[in-house]
Amino acid sequence: MNSRRPGEQGNQTWPNRRRLISLAAVVALLVVSPQAALAQRPAVTAPGDIVVVGDAIPAPLTTTQPDAARGRAILLDRAKGNCLICHRLPVATEPFQGTIGPDLSGIGRRLTTSQIRLRLVDQSRLNAATLMPPLYRTAQLVRVDAHYRDKTVLSAIEIEDSVAYLASLKD
Amino acid sequence: MVQSGRTAAVLAFLMIGAAVFSANAQSPDRPASRPASPKHGTVFQSPATQALQADDGANPAMLWVGQGETLWSAPAGPENKSCATCHADGTQSMKGIAATYPKLDPKSGQLLNLESRINQCREQHMHAPAYTYESAQLLALTAYVTIQSRGMPRQVTVDGPAAAHFERGRAFYMTRQGQLNLACAQCHDDNVGEKLRGDTISQGQTLGWPGYRLEWQTMGSLHRRLRACSLGVRAEILPFGSPDYVALELYLAWRSKDLPLESPAVRR
Ligand code: HEC
Ligand code: HEC
Repeated sequence: MNSRRPGEQGNQTWPNRRRLISLAAVVALLVVSPQAALAQRPAVTAPGDIVVVGDAIPAPLTTTQPDAARGRAILLDRAKGNCLICHRLPVATEPFQGTIGPDLSGIGRRLTTSQIRLRLVDQSRLNAATLMPPLYRTAQLVRVDAHYRDKTVLSAIEIEDSVAYLASLKD
Repeated sequence: MVQSGRTAAVLAFLMIGAAVFSANAQSPDRPASRPASPKHGTVFQSPATQALQADDGANPAMLWVGQGETLWSAPAGPENKSCATCHADGTQSMKGIAATYPKLDPKSGQLLNLESRINQCREQHMHAPAYTYESAQLLALTAYVTIQSRGMPRQVTVDGPAAAHFERGRAFYMTRQGQLNLACAQCHDDNVGEKLRGDTISQGQTLGWPGYRLEWQTMGSLHRRLRACSLGVRAEILPFGSPDYVALELYLAWRSKDLPLESPAVRR
């Protein structure tokens, strides 16, 4: 594990200065008000605090700017979204796409960004019998492997990146 | 303003609560059922894999069957007994046996699968140590005993004292589980024939196990196959031989009632 932050590169030969920086950080944490600290960090909505309106989630799950290209990579990554196990996406380089879920080509034309967000977060709110896994929910799950317990399939920013990519699929 | 906000929040909470409740209450209550048109797992495999299985000279699982035949009459334990000491010619005495497992042990009241039955013989009749699950020896003996039932119809007992185990297996099969929140039934009853990436989802029949899986490049027990499905939905991967998997095995065996055994199968 490397605990050094990017800005500290090159300080290895001067441990005293490193310690000083840590100390300053602790002091800063103590004196800066919680509100100010929050303002620095992106605000993230926890899975339990999601607000569903109709068949959509209008508010993004995080204030961080989403990135559609990153979203595409997440959905294709077998260790992340692994969506192609069930769905098809307009990605010709990927053989063996699944047929369990609907083809996601043109999804951005059929659904709004807010509607796509709810389908990723927890499709079971629309269809109790759905096969679509809840990607941003930790409650009401049983026998979850210890490695994944109390964790969501995707993080808030990963959901937003994925939503941005899917919303861009217009044909 | 504050008041209406709170009302909206309470309403939203109730709506979400109702939706989540129905999402999870539905599955476990699903009654036991068999596929309307039962099909062997083999028919969902590629023609090349099917051909590999059909030819005993090419089927890699036959290596384990051969080793099992040797082990059948290999003496072990202080009294130098072998399986053959009690059961003579396995090709005769073991005919049809695997088709009736898992089975209740009347003495202990435990539900035993074939692997645990073999180990019980090792320990109680041979005074030899039990084989560990997935050891080459246990796979070999299980494969040898099972092939003696090849082509014979599955017949397990699920009533009387076995009923509680059957119910436990049914409930497990119907319950959504894991981070991906999927029940066995959602794939193996509701989506048979669909593509899960490169796999075609079968009815989840257990007739081909123990079997050779190309992905593993080795022979494996049914419990190893079940652990792969648990892993797939990111659910707890239960220990080999765990009572939940043995109960599930009983439910799955009931689902394939009257279908002929096809172990040792070859799977992708
Ligand atoms: C185990 C199968 C499975 C997996 C894995 C899966 N989905 Fe789905 N998905 C479905 C099914 C089935 C539906 C159809 C909706 C329903 O049944 O309620 C669906 C619906 C959807 C929809 C709504 C489509 C529409 O036309 O309304 C979107 C968007 C979606 N999935 C995205 C994803 C993404 C993104 C991933 C991966 C991060 C993913 N899915 C992983 C099975 C799956
Ligand atoms: C998301 C889909 C999915 C879920 C959920 C699932 N499986 Fe499977 N299962 C598969 C796929 C795909 C295969 C490999 C292809 C095949 O043989 O069906 C498979 C194979 C099997 C096999 C081997 C069948 C054979 O003929 O070799 C058995 C038995 C089985 N599953 C039982 C289960 C049980 C029991 C559960 C629940 C604990 C379960 N599966 C959950 C998709 C799933």
